[in-house]
Amino acid sequence: MNLTLSEEQQMLQQTAREFADEKLRPVAAECDEQQHLPIAQMKAMAELGFFGLIIPEEYGGIGVDTLSYVLVLEEINKVMPAVGTITSVHNSLVSTAIARGGNEAQKRKYLPRLASGELIGAYALSEPHAGSDPASMRTAAVADGTYFLLNGTKSWISSGKSGGLYLVFAVTDKSVKPSRGISAFIVEKDTPGLSVGRKEEKMGLRASDTTQLIFTDCRVPAANMIGEEGSGLKLALSLLDGGRIGIAAQALGIAEAALDEATCYAIAREQFGHPISDYQAIQFMLADMATEIEAARMLIYRAAVEKDQRERVTKEASMAKLYASELATRCADKALQIHGGYGYVKEYAIERIYRDARITRIYEGTSEIQRMVIAGQLLGK
Amino acid sequence: MNIVVCMKETPDTTAEKRFTADLRLDRAAVAGVINPYDEYGIEEAIAQKEKLGGELTLLCMGPARAEESIRKAMAMGVDKAVLISDPALEGSDLIATARVLAAALQKLTFDIVIFGQASTDSNAGMIVTAVAELLGLPALTWASKLTIEGGKATIKRSHETGYDVVEAPLPCVVSVTQVINEPRYPSLKGIMQAKRKELTSYKLADLGIDASSVGSAGAGSKVEAANRVTLTRTPEIFKDADRAALYIADYLEKRKLI
Ligand SMILES: Cc1cc2nc3c(=O)[nH]c(=O)nc-3n(C[C@H](O)[C@H](O)[C@H](O)COP(=O)(O)OP(=O)(O)OC[C@H]3O[C@@H](n4cnc5c(N)ncnc54)[C@H](O)[C@@H]3O)c2cc1C
Repeated sequence: MNLTLSEEQQMLQQTAREFADEKLRPVAAECDEQQHLPIAQMKAMAELGFFGLIIPEEYGGIGVDTLSYVLVLEEINKVMPAVGTITSVHNSLVSTAIARGGNEAQKRKYLPRLASGELIGAYALSEPHAGSDPASMRTAAVADGTYFLLNGTKSWISSGKSGGLYLVFAVTDKSVKPSRGISAFIVEKDTPGLSVGRKEEKMGLRASDTTQLIFTDCRVPAANMIGEEGSGLKLALSLLDGGRIGIAAQALGIAEAALDEATCYAIAREQFGHPISDYQAIQFMLADMATEIEAARMLIYRAAVEKDQRERVTKEASMAKLYASELATRCADKALQIHGGYGYVKEYAIERIYRDARITRIYEGTSEIQRMVIAGQLLGK
Repeated sequence: MNIVVCMKETPDTTAEKRFTADLRLDRAAVAGVINPYDEYGIEEAIAQKEKLGGELTLLCMGPARAEESIRKAMAMGVDKAVLISDPALEGSDLIATARVLAAALQKLTFDIVIFGQASTDSNAGMIVTAVAELLGLPALTWASKLTIEGGKATIKRSHETGYDVVEAPLPCVVSVTQVINEPRYPSLKGIMQAKRKELTSYKLADLGIDASSVGSAGAGSKVEAANRVTLTRTPEIFKDADRAALYIADYLEKRKLI
């Protein structure tokens, strides 16, 4: 296995790192505190191409390989996971769905606007009663001439308010199994009958908006259905490999940030006449974090490389996501411990890192769901 | 409007400088970066090209590994590049470097040549005027603003008491300072396209320059010693807080700073 990054990959990584450090770091704490997106910084990200990463060049994107994409996500998430989530959902889920499942007209119409960041993509699968089990969704889409009428409520939608384009899953045929009865629709923000519901008061990722979406006789052109009627759940599942690798990269970035903060703090903080980094108890925590971070990196980078070589990398993606997300919370916890009381207050970045880390074990499949997927693959189920 | 921007690869500014046995900067020991001052030149050249159209060529004299920095400039928006690389060039002094750059510029078509104000490794800031002199072109130096219009270039040159407006007909040579712009990040798309852009390599022979007239052999200056500069400051501590403002004003006035 070749682990050397190409010149392009190194330059993408370096550019993302410099951008995150110089532009996002100064605003990360304030955006979290005030619960707003860094609008100017995201505009700059759009101009640089962060929202066209996986969209093919012919549709105005850049079309990078999965490992390059992971490297970029990792850097953003080291500094500002709230922006990382938006970037990941936009690229891995919404853009990929249209690039892979959309017809030519849909690609021409939407991909360039997604690539330029004019439209930020949001992914609407979950519902109040359908989380880990999205097949039990209730939002319905009923044909009405050349339109579908959508009714129902989606919940936990990242970029629900700030997004411009929603990828919405709804039941088109209740009489068949969900695997054949759910369809995917592209829904533009200002579609009549669509309203943005409550914005969640979250523990972390507070700079990003997570909202409900309420559909009341929302008229969506039939031309906006992605793929064939009834193929929605299959599409949703096929997006998971890429999505989970994206969240794994987010978790990796968060874990690295926690280690960085902990290392700096341990060197600077003195107790009993020595920097606390002189004490073995602290050193061992740092050593464990660093070692596990490298292990996570290898799992993620390998899943990314293999994703470009085969159709599905379900097991590898789930393993990477499971390990990296659990590691992110473990590292955040240890790093906070190393900060002592100072880790429990907002003066230090670790307080935010600790809150941001937690979500990675929940969305795009909880840790329990990942274990079910991995076990299923092992047992041939 | 055809623009040439000159770039040098310099050792990473954050790394400690090291010297070779013959007292030249050890460039192999640390990573190379785009000379930080040249980033402003590159940004200015790209911005002018975006405004005026035409083609933007980067010119660099340096070792083969400078390609990495050249590709970064391409990712920022430079169209193509010429790298003059020849073992005989090692140890070239300022005049030799200017001669090589001038010879290369004569093979290129341009309306304006843009330089950064100096390089962070040797910090002489004289290549610009030397090149202009060799080409018989006007030089506009230390620009904090550049306007290209009506067949001439106009710059603002800031100084202690204000600024001068200086102009010259095209073609001409310009150097820019750090206040002129904010260099952009390479775009992600630019990064992916950089490898596909044209990079031409010249050897000394391509420029018709005799190897003995450049490099250490042809250098008119010789480095005899390299010493670490140690700054010694004598702090004055003034304890009478009530009269601090007065004291500071007096201190500055004596040195004609206010
Ligand atoms: C900040 C945030 C952003 C989000 N963004 C989006 C988004 O953009 N788009 C979107 O569609 N969704 C989004 N989600 C929703 C997210 O994907 C769901 O929260 C997640 O799938 C879990 O669903 P749930 O919350 O309903 O938990 P539940 O499914 O109710 O799970 C509760 C617990 O039960 C466990 N569990 C469930 N089933 C099993 C089982 N069979 N065996 C063992 N254990 C089980 C789970 O692991 C979990 O521990 C977001 C959520 C959050 C919090």
